[in-house]
Amino acid sequence: MTRIVGIDLGTTNSLIAYMDGTTPAVVPGRNGRTMVPSVVAMTDNGLIVGDAAKEHLVRNPERTIYSVKRFMGKGLADVQSEVPYFPYTLHEQGGVIRIRIGDKSYSPPQISAMILKELKQRAEGHLGESITKAVITVPAYFNDSQRQATKDAGMIAGLEVLRIINEPTAASLAYGLQERTQGTIAVYDLGGGTFDISILKLKNGIFEVLATNGDTHLGGDDLDRVIGDVFAKDIRDQYGIDIVLHADDMQSLRLEAERVKIRLSDDFKTTVTLNLPNGKGQYRRDLTRDQLEELTLSLIERSLGPCRLALKDAGLTPADIDEVVLVGGSTRMPLVRRRVEALFGKPPHSNLNPDEVVALGAAIQADILSGGTTDMLLLDVTPLSLGIETMGGVVSSLIRRNTTIPTSAKEMFTTYVDGQTSVDIHILQGERELAGDNRSLARFQLKMPPLPAGVPRIEVTFLIDANGILNVSARDVRTGSTQSVAVKPSYGLSDDEVERMIGESFKFAAEDFKARQLIEARNEAEAIIQATDKALGQGKQLLTTGELTAIKSSLAALDTARLTEDHKAIRSRIQAVEKVTHHFAELLMDTSLKEALQNKKLSEMTEHSQGA
Amino acid sequence: MDQVAKVSRSRTELQMARSMCWHCQSEVAGEYFCEQCVKVQPLSKDQDYFTCLGLPRLLTIDTNALENKFYEMSRSFHPDFYQTKTDIERTISLGNSALLNTAYRTLKDPVQRAEYLVRLEAGSVKEIRNHPPADLFEEILSLQDDLEEFRAASSQPSADLTQLQAKLQSDRETLEQRQREMESRLFDLFETWDRVQIQAQPTESIRSKKESVLKEMRELLSNRTYVRNIVNDLVATVG
Repeated sequence: MTRIVGIDLGTTNSLIAYMDGTTPAVVPGRNGRTMVPSVVAMTDNGLIVGDAAKEHLVRNPERTIYSVKRFMGKGLADVQSEVPYFPYTLHEQGGVIRIRIGDKSYSPPQISAMILKELKQRAEGHLGESITKAVITVPAYFNDSQRQATKDAGMIAGLEVLRIINEPTAASLAYGLQERTQGTIAVYDLGGGTFDISILKLKNGIFEVLATNGDTHLGGDDLDRVIGDVFAKDIRDQYGIDIVLHADDMQSLRLEAERVKIRLSDDFKTTVTLNLPNGKGQYRRDLTRDQLEELTLSLIERSLGPCRLALKDAGLTPADIDEVVLVGGSTRMPLVRRRVEALFGKPPHSNLNPDEVVALGAAIQADILSGGTTDMLLLDVTPLSLGIETMGGVVSSLIRRNTTIPTSAKEMFTTYVDGQTSVDIHILQGERELAGDNRSLARFQLKMPPLPAGVPRIEVTFLIDANGILNVSARDVRTGSTQSVAVKPSYGLSDDEVERMIGESFKFAAEDFKARQLIEARNEAEAIIQATDKALGQGKQLLTTGELTAIKSSLAALDTARLTEDHKAIRSRIQAVEKVTHHFAELLMDTSLKEALQNKKLSEMTEHSQGA
Repeated sequence: MDQVAKVSRSRTELQMARSMCWHCQSEVAGEYFCEQCVKVQPLSKDQDYFTCLGLPRLLTIDTNALENKFYEMSRSFHPDFYQTKTDIERTISLGNSALLNTAYRTLKDPVQRAEYLVRLEAGSVKEIRNHPPADLFEEILSLQDDLEEFRAASSQPSADLTQLQAKLQSDRETLEQRQREMESRLFDLFETWDRVQIQAQPTESIRSKKESVLKEMRELLSNRTYVRNIVNDLVATVG
């Protein structure tokens, strides 16, 4: 059985986890940190992801992509209000946002795939095996397009996505397994870019979601933005500088706002420090927790509406909730805790690390899918109602929100005109009456046999699978034959495009590999030049003049080769240096060996004297 | 003649298909799984939701027992447990789960349960009125006029809405009370239905009793929908 990993693909940070026996564990990086910043930097030397890429946010803002999750499954019009805040250029093609870096354009799933690949490599290094299958989490309130985009990202990264699972439900699995939680619980999940509330009933290993709600545009990013806006205004008022025009300084400002917010979860007062553009000095001010809370209150209040709606849909009152669980880094804010406590009338808790709990839950779900865990079962719901557009632009609802998935609905279609050969069907997601007010999911054309009006009978089945993704099939009731349906997503990549991107991803991988080889060769060249210079400084007297000249000229040749783009040339120069310094190394070795032996004797003597 | 023979043959085929395991062709004796090869079997699409959940066609339901049955069947069918199985088994699991989920959702809620039962039994109900009674209809029409007036007035900043608002709020309370009364009457009918339904030998009088219960339920359900929609409208507009 191949291992299935669990991935939390977050707006600001991502994690990868696996089942270690019967306990889920997050894969740590070399620095011991479990979180990989969801940041991708396109540098001259290739692609960088994670902590190293985060450093490029300030150095290289136009070529460093962050918070790409906010663009998944979206069109340009959906994010218009945020565009000024992002340092990179966005455009749209085929209903999908594209991010332009230099002369190339990337779709959000492609960027997400780069993060997924980094996680995949991290797990492969840690576990010593190749990883090909994954469960990936998404916000519960993600619509069909956003889920599909996440699935596409997995495919582009070379992962078979066995399941898309909702973040708050994943968290509940971790609580159920590790804390033995039972009863009716509310999971309040405020992440980097999205907010979810899910109400679940946990009973004898069944995790039944009763209702879910949320806001896919509310998270830590938005909190940072209102804080940063205050600094930007200060700087404009005090120094007459419009910092928004300086992409690199805007990134410093954004990161400082985030740090300030984090510090004020523990402290009551903190000092903000920012270097002004073009070395025009430094901006400093104090910010208190009260001031922060005043700034962020309306955003946090915005999360309470969805909580009330979820309770209502579940047919419950706050008193019916046994436990409130907090998930996501933003729930560390004392104000969030206070507001949640006031709403539910009981103190919320976060016994499990709110940054890691979603990834841990994804690993548990992965274990369930691979047959490892059989006593737990998740019964999730679809977050949004699904319908089709009827005459006059009104929506006819087929599947209500908060319906347990998988679920299906059937609808019969016929013709209005004699000999009509097709019917256009428009699928929508949302809670509004009019088609135009809802999210367009997809369109397709139903083929009709050429018969008198009203005679054809084509039954269409709309099935929402366990991933919350829609599948459409059609059957001619008169003949019993099934019909293939080519659904064209309104805000998604076509199958062909995904295929092409998978291919490109291999090409990128090849380019990355070349870039990495070059970087490694250059680093090695630098190291060898330094080491040889140092050795010459110590043991030049051991060499003949001829040897010394040969070494020096080979070093000079390597130094020149080092600046080219050709890693093979650098390698051959490195070998040349190694060859001419071989004798020198031996001479040095002898000398240092003698010294080392002497040192050893010395240390042995000290050890003895210490022992005595 | 030819036609009839064809129909009857296809019916036998259907029954054969239903009682035979799709995998090992042995006769399926187990409820959801073949007793020979232990493969999951598709639930019949013609099965009604009561049968699907192993319940008699009664309206009073022990919701705890229903939930337990739903959980138990979910454990049998959920796609999570079929990830490593063949494509056919995965398709069956998906279809069974979707049917089970719909059945459970419908029967869990008393109003949806009643609506479903009325629909199931519709063949035996004659002359059902499909529009609201005149008095309710007039009431709704006049309320809609008031709502229209309120919406128009609230778009003008100077308008005094207090009086109209108070009237609409009191209307809302009246209607909500009415909805509660309808539901309480509906639940009384549940008991009546169950009493006649469990009779072993349905006599003519029982059959007509059933019909009158179904008819009254259908009227109640339809009127309740009208009332509920206008209440929702009131809540959305006036608050």
